Amino acid sequence: MFLVEIRWHGRGGQGIVTISRLLAQAALLDGKYVQSFPEFGPERRGAPVTGYTRISDEPILIHSQIYSPSIVVVVDPTLIGKIDVAAGLSPKGLIVAHSDKSPSELKSILRLNNISVYTVNAMKIALEVLGRPIYNTAMLGALIKASPLVTMDSLTKVVMERFPGTIGEKNVAVIKRAYEEAIGD
Amino acid sequence: MAKVMGLTGNEAVAYAVKQCNVDVVAAYPITPQTIMVEVISQYIYDGEMDAEFICVESEHSAMSACIGASLAGARVFTGTASQGLALMHEMLYIASGLRCPIVMGVANRALSAPLNIHGDHSDMMGSRDCGWIQIYSENSQEAYDWTIQAFKIAEDPRVLLPVSVNIDGFILSHCVENVVVLEDEDVARFLPPRKPLITIDPTKPITVGAICLPDYYFEVKFQQVQALKEAYNVIREVNREYEKLSGRRYDFVEAYAMDDAEAAVLCLGSTAGTAKVVARELRKEGKKVGVVKPWVYRPFPEESIIKALGDVKAVAVLDRACSFGAPFHALCSDIIATLYRHGKDIKVFNCVYGLGGRDITPMEIRSIFEETLETARSGRVREYIKFIGVRE
Repeated sequence: MFLVEIRWHGRGGQGIVTISRLLAQAALLDGKYVQSFPEFGPERRGAPVTGYTRISDEPILIHSQIYSPSIVVVVDPTLIGKIDVAAGLSPKGLIVAHSDKSPSELKSILRLNNISVYTVNAMKIALEVLGRPIYNTAMLGALIKASPLVTMDSLTKVVMERFPGTIGEKNVAVIKRAYEEAIGD
Repeated sequence: MAKVMGLTGNEAVAYAVKQCNVDVVAAYPITPQTIMVEVISQYIYDGEMDAEFICVESEHSAMSACIGASLAGARVFTGTASQGLALMHEMLYIASGLRCPIVMGVANRALSAPLNIHGDHSDMMGSRDCGWIQIYSENSQEAYDWTIQAFKIAEDPRVLLPVSVNIDGFILSHCVENVVVLEDEDVARFLPPRKPLITIDPTKPITVGAICLPDYYFEVKFQQVQALKEAYNVIREVNREYEKLSGRRYDFVEAYAMDDAEAAVLCLGSTAGTAKVVARELRKEGKKVGVVKPWVYRPFPEESIIKALGDVKAVAVLDRACSFGAPFHALCSDIIATLYRHGKDIKVFNCVYGLGGRDITPMEIRSIFEETLETARSGRVREYIKFIGVRE
């Protein structure tokens, strides 16, 4: 059975719930079974928040929280070093991080060996394409480059549905550029 | 082709309510139910749903408005959780006593004090004797399907009782999952407009809820007992009709891997899903375990539970609420009473878990299963009441 468990790290107000859900909705369009849920707690802008996504080929019955994700996405670069973003990450796991550093530099900062790391400068892309520091959707592009969890087509569709018009188009451009620019080790 | 949507438990209930052509929604927002009524009010504002949304100042008023609207012949929905349900408490009895077929979504949440917004069953268990039909969902799909069925059950002239559709707060209310939805026309055919027997009407005044002294009160209560008994037949009929429409089979109880099971875990709601995953793993190791999940908690489906338990020798009953000072906690008391009445010698122990949203992990459920197997082997219960994952 194919089951991927993803944990998202960001801060309140950065749209963690939104991108976790967009990924789930895209996987659903691809015919997969999904769960997307936030860390259960009061929302506070700026405080570290966590989101979770499960994607599977079969109906997902489990309803406990995710303790050993195979993928961690770090949306807020300032969290690296502040919290243990790799906590519980499965041995051959993957970290996709918003960072201006190279994957190997980040790997040595995090002192991780066996896992793969992808990085993307999401802030730079957001500022250049959107003109605003909203970089959550960029992480979706980087993620599906590191691991082809959903098709670009489905992701484009759900982003356009969620943000109709220009905002959607710009976010799709952000995702595509992040897909191009994300680099792995 | 069936339409699949990604919906949270709250959204799944709201979507079902929209398709059920509800006339009146009176509700007060409370975490983790808020999004349920927020989405409904958006449907109404956007003209997707032709209903009256009554903004009220409290849950007590919400249920009062629902009762009035229901007596006037409307199809009525409300949603709440936790303190909101507690504040409604006296009106819950009035809704069932006046035989109002109201449907209520409850995003189950712990009760204060201390203040906690997370999921457990303390709220609904605190109102379990209120005369409502009570249904627990395992996931968003079930929440959607039961909400549609709930109106049909509630409004049946043989029943005329309110129904609560329960979803675990946050665990389901805020979790996006695949939900296969029906076409609006199919729901409309399944659930035609409500046909009330008697309605309040200013041109033909009647009195409802008048004082009823020792000479009649008892008979009115006895009628409620009879109506809940009658609900058994109606629920079964509605389940079968819904199966024809949707292809999804519902019943009073779901039995998972129970055919030749020696031991079982019995629980309500989303935990049953996690328990199924663990049971599947244990089955691969050759251990004969299964899961029993009552969908319908009131009326308590004794026959279905006895049938589902089959020949198991031991069962762990999981309660996500505390009945302080009671010999067993709520669900377990009901199970023990059921086994006694049917002369079944199945060893039972009670596990209290997940209070205030404390997660129950597959590892914890695995150790509960191991203990049921040990109990089945030895024929002896080691500890009658266990508290899972608590720091003592």
